[in-house]
Amino acid sequence: MGTKLMTRMGDGTAVEMTRDELRTDIEDGVAAAVKRAKVPPLDDGEIGHLLEIFASQERMTGVPAGDEVVHSCDGSNGLRASRIDSLTGSEEGGSDLCELQQQDYSYKAVKTVVASEQRLMQEAQYRLTIPVQYGAQADLGRYSKPDGPCPNWSQLLPEGRIDEARAAQEEAAAESEEDMVRIGEAMWEAGTDGMNFDTSGAAGDADFLAVLKAVRRLRDACPDMSIELGMASEFVLGMHGELEWEGVRLAGLWPVDQLRLARQAGATIFGPAVNINTGRTVAWNVARALAIIKPCMDVAEIPVHPNAGMGVCGVPMHPFPPIDAVSRVSRAFIEILRVDGL
Amino acid sequence: MRTAGDLVMRLQMTRGMRLREAKAYVADKLGVPVRDLSDGVVMQDVRSEFGIGRLTELENECVGEATAMEAKFNIAELLDVPINCVERFRDRVRSLRNDGAGGSS
Repeated sequence: MGTKLMTRMGDGTAVEMTRDELRTDIEDGVAAAVKRAKVPPLDDGEIGHLLEIFASQERMTGVPAGDEVVHSCDGSNGLRASRIDSLTGSEEGGSDLCELQQQDYSYKAVKTVVASEQRLMQEAQYRLTIPVQYGAQADLGRYSKPDGPCPNWSQLLPEGRIDEARAAQEEAAAESEEDMVRIGEAMWEAGTDGMNFDTSGAAGDADFLAVLKAVRRLRDACPDMSIELGMASEFVLGMHGELEWEGVRLAGLWPVDQLRLARQAGATIFGPAVNINTGRTVAWNVARALAIIKPCMDVAEIPVHPNAGMGVCGVPMHPFPPIDAVSRVSRAFIEILRVDGL
Repeated sequence: MRTAGDLVMRLQMTRGMRLREAKAYVADKLGVPVRDLSDGVVMQDVRSEFGIGRLTELENECVGEATAMEAKFNIAELLDVPINCVERFRDRVRSLRNDGAGGSS
């Protein structure tokens, strides 16, 4: 029996495994990606590299000097300090980019307070040197009753009222698109460096379509605007099922196809996301995420920043993910996929 | 801003440049090797030299250092990238001058 090595589960708890068990776990993670996402497997060299990263027993790991990547983010504001102070704290802490956000993190909620958000953005731009973007989610569910004006497709679908559910989603997507465009233009007027459409597709294909349409309109209206499009989960749910963007059906799209559409629409940065399985190890989850996202790196014409935050792309689902796990996830993405940022 | 990540980020944000290309571009503009872009000691001096903003620990270090807007004017010129708030600031000042407002009597 081999030496036991400390590693982590997807919920952050520490476990011990042998080197052989770790390798088997990594191979299982790759196999799970191949089966689920129909992607090519990682090659033997990549699997070996990942094993070395996870078998290392240093508290933290990292990349060689000069191989670092930039760090983007979704939301830089906490509840314990003013939002401007939180942004300056991010700058002093070493962030390469920070993001002004409203606590609801929903463009529908921002719509009603956009004037005060503009003023804050203007103030933030006067106070910070690093880029400051504005971010929120399309959050399409908020447009359905009782929170919003549209019929609730989550109630209609179980009743078999498919056409009504589809019409409701289309109505909500149109409302959402208008809100995102109006807010994007308002924040541009206030001096933002860019807009972040985070968790795009969280409510399914209609949610994703609304974001693509908003991105296209903002790109046309504001050619110099940075537009980051971040994914919601590893593929687009077909809550509608028939929606298309320029002839491409949106339901079921995996990261590489989402990247292509994001680029076509006019996004500047793409943030792929892969869900974490808390019952498997971090090594298994990272192996799976690397294999699912790797096809993006072969075709990317814009920077790709995988979402390596809590509960995504292998980072443990814990409010304070352990640094040993986070540093291993980061190093794996940088060295094996050669990502442009995290 | 401890190093040069914000500058590399601006190339990604405004030109959609991939990482390797963006790092090489920034290093060339600053006249340093790529490896120095992430060296906080080197970049502290380089950032001061170019007036592109740097973190300061003590208040008396701040005297004469570029403020955020001044730094962003210099970054836009150095990297030849558009910075939205800089252009709006410049337009706003120009507009006030043309209107005859805000000037000394």
